[in-house]
Amino acid sequence: MILRVGFLGLEGTVGNLASSDMIEADGHDFLAIRVRGLTKIYGPQVVLKDLSLDLAWGNFLIVFGPNGSGKTTLIKVLATISRPTDGEVMVAGFDLKKNPAAVRRNIGLVTHQPLLYGDLTGIENLRFHGRMFGLSNLEQRIEKAADLMGATSFLGRKASILSHGMQKRLSLARAILHDPPILLLDEPETGLDQEALEMLGQMMGAGERGRRTVLMVTHSVERGLALGNQVAIMSGGKIAFHEDRSHVDEDILKSAYSRFTGVAL
Amino acid sequence: MTKFWPTVAALMWKDIMLELRTKDIVISILAFALLSLVIFNFALGPSSQITSAVAPGVLWVAFTFAGVLGLTRSFVLEKDQGNLIGLMLTPTSREAIYVGKMLGSFFFMLMSEIILLPVFAVLFNISPFRLELLLIILLATIGFASIGTLFSAIAINTKSREIMLPMLFLPIVVPIIIGAVMASSTAFESGPWSDMVKPVQLIVVFDVVALIFSAFAFEHVLQE
Amino acid sequence: MMSIGAVLKNGLLVVSATMMLVILYLIFMWVPTDNIQGTVQRIMYFHVSVAWVAFLAFFIVLVGSVGYLWKGTSKWDQLAYSAAEIGVLLTTLLLITGILWAKPIWGVWWTWEPRLTTSLMLWLIYVAYLMLRAYSPPGNQGARYAAVLGIIGFIDVPIVYYSVKLWRTVHPQVIVGPAASGSLDASMRNLLLLAVATFTVLFVYLLIARFSLRKSEDEVELIRGLAEHSPNLPPSLR
Repeated sequence: MILRVGFLGLEGTVGNLASSDMIEADGHDFLAIRVRGLTKIYGPQVVLKDLSLDLAWGNFLIVFGPNGSGKTTLIKVLATISRPTDGEVMVAGFDLKKNPAAVRRNIGLVTHQPLLYGDLTGIENLRFHGRMFGLSNLEQRIEKAADLMGATSFLGRKASILSHGMQKRLSLARAILHDPPILLLDEPETGLDQEALEMLGQMMGAGERGRRTVLMVTHSVERGLALGNQVAIMSGGKIAFHEDRSHVDEDILKSAYSRFTGVAL
Repeated sequence: MTKFWPTVAALMWKDIMLELRTKDIVISILAFALLSLVIFNFALGPSSQITSAVAPGVLWVAFTFAGVLGLTRSFVLEKDQGNLIGLMLTPTSREAIYVGKMLGSFFFMLMSEIILLPVFAVLFNISPFRLELLLIILLATIGFASIGTLFSAIAINTKSREIMLPMLFLPIVVPIIIGAVMASSTAFESGPWSDMVKPVQLIVVFDVVALIFSAFAFEHVLQE
Repeated sequence: MMSIGAVLKNGLLVVSATMMLVILYLIFMWVPTDNIQGTVQRIMYFHVSVAWVAFLAFFIVLVGSVGYLWKGTSKWDQLAYSAAEIGVLLTTLLLITGILWAKPIWGVWWTWEPRLTTSLMLWLIYVAYLMLRAYSPPGNQGARYAAVLGIIGFIDVPIVYYSVKLWRTVHPQVIVGPAASGSLDASMRNLLLLAVATFTVLFVYLLIARFSLRKSEDEVELIRGLAEHSPNLPPSLR
């Protein structure tokens, strides 16, 4: 079974991936994200402690956790930005250490920082990222990604003069430009205006369910429970709780949260 | 992985576009260097004999310190808006990112130096137009840009980045400064090429070592 | 009962202290006075020994740096850091003994001759190494940055030396280097070798001591970090 991701309506492979980079899955033991014994130490601080996580394709995992539990660090490691101190991490079937470039092709990251050059226009920013990813049909892709995120109207304006919400939308367009099958979102709802929040919800929601695998860190219980089909709680650098959404409601979540982290959600 | 030269081209295009919009780097280098030249003139006194004798040194002090400024600005843009992370996320070889940033810095430094040269000639009463001088400037700037790009990527992540970059950069590039001043001195005195060969060779050796080392060390530096 | 490591360490301390006392006696009481430079020439035994050991220290920084970038285990970084600290100390001593020697012999505190200049640059590069460690973000980033500097710093030093030599050939040598004060007689040469050996033993002891101290420092930090994150710890204590 070869996974083709064509949500932008473009046929065929993503960018100029060599055929060996294509995601090949035999559907049984091949996970989107597979982490074993991940440890990350920043000087005196052990931020991630022997963390393990399995996320199968097509799932939408919401991660809750107090500040300092290592959520952002986990995302940074999965995004290849932070090198693990120890442990084995496989993303999209590729080993982080051995083939980071392949991992990078298969993930899209959205964080607090917009990752945009303020003095370039929206479209110039997208073109730059497209070129760095070696994407074909770049103008078409940009059009579709911007359209999806509702950013088309301000593509021609310099990124620094855009409102926070517009920057976030542009940033999202950048993240999906290369059509990654896995999305890593670090509190994406912060700074988004209501309309954009709805668009995000739509993009993440039913229409996309199953086509994309998402790991999202959030503080919003409502949104998390509405969007995700799996929930997890991080505490003390580990995943303390990981359940299917169908087994969890708000009360169960809140009591599990205070049990594992010692604070209220 | 995205191919090498398209990556380099994309990075250079981006840096040049940004620079055209803000003119940040070139103006910083020009302003600082010009001020240095003027201050040196006051500091060294009115005797034209003294100023001619130290002219090559003054020129290269101005280029060196202004160069440090230019290198800092180039990476500040990346770091402060989180764009270093953006670069790290691209499926490109880290060597390609290095070469792209390095060529960008090289280009801006070189342009500023070429603009500055006639100003220097006027203030210090030098009639320098030896072609060899351009060669010296070219080679020295390659050296500055190559080791400078590596070190600015390091310095940008430290506390007190304004002092960290000069602290790292200046002791290491002493061979370039010595070579450039020696060769420029010969050029200003209209001396023979044979007197310039050894210093120029010195700069070339440094450049080769610096480029190869920095290209491969860059990946260790572009990571958390 | 002491472990083998502790026995070795203490043994080294005793040996180097003994050797140091021996050579101090020999330097000040036994070896004949140099007929050109006089008593001050005795500083040579310290100056040359320290120079050699400083260079050795920076070579070990190179080894530790390469090892760290290659293997990634912290013991390489601890080795590099320990050697760098001792190296900076030694280079400081080198510069001080050099200055003290220069004034009576050359009449000036300082001259930009190749060896002195290169020593100064060496000092600056490794001070920058320590600064870099101090100012880097927490975690292994600092170790990696320093390793990069440790390698290029070492490679650069011969280039710096050559460049200063080249620079000085353009200007006539006003001052002749200290070694040119006549060849050493046999007793001096032998004492010099002994002095170098003594300082080397001292260096090895210091390196081992600093390395194990550094290792312990890192371990304590780690344990403290782990304790802070224990889930059984009430939130108020985190």
